[in-house]
Amino acid sequence: MSLTAKDKSVVKAFWGKISGKADVIGAEALGRMLTAYPQTKTYFSHWADLSPGSAPVKKHGTVIMGAIGNAVGVIDDLVGGLSALSDLHAFKLRVDPGNFKILSHNILVTLAIHFPGDFTPEVHIAVDKFLAALSAALADKYR
Amino acid sequence: MVEWTDFERATIQSIFSKMDYDDVGPAALSRCLVVYPWTQRYFGNFGNLYNATVTAGNPMVAAHGKTVLRGLDRAVKNLDDIKATYAELSVLHSEKLHVDPDNFRLLADCLTIVVAARMGADFTADVQGAFQKFLAVVVSSLGRQYH
Repeated sequence: MSLTAKDKSVVKAFWGKISGKADVIGAEALGRMLTAYPQTKTYFSHWADLSPGSAPVKKHGTVIMGAIGNAVGVIDDLVGGLSALSDLHAFKLRVDPGNFKILSHNILVTLAIHFPGDFTPEVHIAVDKFLAALSAALADKYR
Repeated sequence: MVEWTDFERATIQSIFSKMDYDDVGPAALSRCLVVYPWTQRYFGNFGNLYNATVTAGNPMVAAHGKTVLRGLDRAVKNLDDIKATYAELSVLHSEKLHVDPDNFRLLADCLTIVVAARMGADFTADVQGAFQKFLAVVVSSLGRQYH
């Protein structure tokens, strides 16, 4: 399910619209994930506060959305562009790659809430494919 | 036997009591057919599904979306025995319709997104958790009679 030229342009256009709210979206998506999929909390046992809206969740949400924004910039070569992040996730963080899908789903839910008019089915499919390709690139070095 | 907290029960009842089934059903089904196009394999006799606009305007999709939501309503009204409530529907989807049960999850995800967009900020993380738990039970029950 590779990204077509149309997918890429839809993703870039949509990211342009949402970039002002990226931090809020990242924090909220992460908070939703930790609440609705409690097994994901196992990766954050080093945080004092795992509740939505807490300082570590907000900070980390910003980090994640920043990285996704950068990925939009390297959308033509996600594996190459995300190589360093793949090393990090494969060798240091060792997050089970099934969780990338879970976080992606929560990003989609958050986008639907904040941009109900813009998050049409056409945008939904392009962003879903992009996040899947991004997740695959992130898991590239795992084995 | 699924254990529901008071919050989960109240949340699920509240979401569905405020929902316009005739709006959400068609929106969720048509979104599923667009976002996961392989699901179109089950709707060969529905006519044109070749793009999002046509799918959204397709009257058979709309009608079936409403049917699906009314089916969900049965689970809402029988939270303590969704498995038994859906036993026949599960047999139907397996023996007659031959639907891969993975597709139930795809439709459930699209339904979550449509409901989230309609509810906005009221669809908090806790509400999302309750709603998704309900859908997970529904999905599991619909797949239960497959063999």
